[in-house]
Amino acid sequence: MTVAEVVFYLLALLSVIAAVGVVTVPNVVHAALFLILSLLGVAGFYILLSSEFLALVQVLIYGGAVATIILFGLMLTGGRDLPAVGPGAQWPLALLVSGALVVLLLTAVLNTTWPRDAGEMTLISINTLGSVLFREWLLPFELASLVLLVALIGAVVISSQEERES
Amino acid sequence: MQALFENYLAVLLAAGTGCILVITAIIGAKLLAPYSPNREKATPYECGMLPIGRVRTQIHVRYYVYAILFLIFDVEAVFLFPWAVSLVQAGEVALYSMIVFILILGFGLGYAWKKGALEWK
Repeated sequence: MTVAEVVFYLLALLSVIAAVGVVTVPNVVHAALFLILSLLGVAGFYILLSSEFLALVQVLIYGGAVATIILFGLMLTGGRDLPAVGPGAQWPLALLVSGALVVLLLTAVLNTTWPRDAGEMTLISINTLGSVLFREWLLPFELASLVLLVALIGAVVISSQEERES
Repeated sequence: MQALFENYLAVLLAAGTGCILVITAIIGAKLLAPYSPNREKATPYECGMLPIGRVRTQIHVRYYVYAILFLIFDVEAVFLFPWAVSLVQAGEVALYSMIVFILILGFGLGYAWKKGALEWK
């Protein structure tokens, strides 16, 4: 095994254990923390695939901001301790659906002929990405700021409405 | 390609060392510290006063605006990274477009400020 493979399997172990933790731990805040760990593991995969910028985005946006939003959302809704959720009356149906999904995905994975070698990875540095972004994709970049502005104003308006009602 | 991974070797080492440090600290605390739980120790800390309510209380919706603001400026920071690296190459256009980008988001921040969303009442 090469070093990259060892790192890959370590990261895979980390991400999968954390992902299983998200759906199995009883405390919902702990589940959110496991989610952060899983997302950071995915960031490691991006570095292993030599896309640094994507890893940066993963850590900053998913590991930072989205995790914050999820934790804040939990704190906003958790007025009292949430009732423990066990298997309900629908569990045979859920078992059927998830079993069918497993069969479908397994047949799809096994019947696909995967390329044996991905070939040489092309390294796109942040430098190249930046100059392409600011030369050819300037308008979508500026539009992104407008989308963010809409989100910001929407949040302010909604929260000020809530405040007036309460 | 190889150079990239060599750069991240330090990151990997730091992460590994950090994990080992935390795990040994936790195990050491478990082994060495005396363990005698009681009711008072389990109550949430509230500046020395008797705590009101439970540990998980519902926080005010005002905090959510801060979370959204953080998200938005985090996205802006993501755009700042390639901008800062390629500023010399991309030239003046990049500089002015980023100024416009920041001004648009700054307008949003000014709006939130004006509406009193950042104020503490």
